[in-house]
Amino acid sequence: MHIKSKTYNGTLYVMLCGELDEYSATHTRLTLDETFAGRGFKQVIIDLSELDFMDSTGIGVLIGRYKKMKEKNIPIYIANPSTHAEKIFKMTGLYDIMPKIV
Amino acid sequence: MENKNFMEVTFNAESKNEGFARTCVAAFCLQLNPTLDEIADIKTVVSEAVTNCVVHAYPHQKGIICLRCEIEDRRIKIQVSDKGIGIKDINEARQPFYTTKPREERSGMGFTVMEGFMDKVEVEKNKDKGITVTLYKDIALQVSQAEGE
Repeated sequence: MHIKSKTYNGTLYVMLCGELDEYSATHTRLTLDETFAGRGFKQVIIDLSELDFMDSTGIGVLIGRYKKMKEKNIPIYIANPSTHAEKIFKMTGLYDIMPKIV
Repeated sequence: MENKNFMEVTFNAESKNEGFARTCVAAFCLQLNPTLDEIADIKTVVSEAVTNCVVHAYPHQKGIICLRCEIEDRRIKIQVSDKGIGIKDINEARQPFYTTKPREERSGMGFTVMEGFMDKVEVEKNKDKGITVTLYKDIALQVSQAEGE
């Protein structure tokens, strides 16, 4: 898993590249927490266009980040999920807390 | 003509083997010419079942996972077995959002995803030790294949 990020106009853009499963979960969790600890943004957009695979472990990672950012009143949005990631998001109700942006 | 085939692999119950396990099953299923969606479903459920073994079956020791696949006509049967500590209440474990490790940011949706992506899911206690998860999926015959037969 490789994670890219940049802040532009008050939005933190994060791109997850690779596979998000049990093996990559700890690295993903730590890297996102480090990135989210920065300042100068009012919302986060997680871009999944480069995410090749994800299972329900990934859902756990995303929900954990949602809980942390909720304490700071910073919303997280999902962008460019694959058809398959979208299927998992709908099944698990993730879009209820992290809406998809087009 | 009857179409039967099988494969079996065993590997260490470590998360670094999850990618191997799902890719291995996906490659075996290619002989049925599945769609990309079907392959994605299969890779996901294998990952879910193997994660369960890695995270829950062997909390205090190293262990082994056995992965077996059978093809019969258009049906794929995938079995993921461990010799770990087992599951006390299988019905409870299959409920959405159920997790024994709430502090570890687990979604508790593993079995729900398996049930959503496959035609049938069975979870059984092994006679000696551990659990076997059996997953079934019928791979649709593509129009171009049907015409060629």
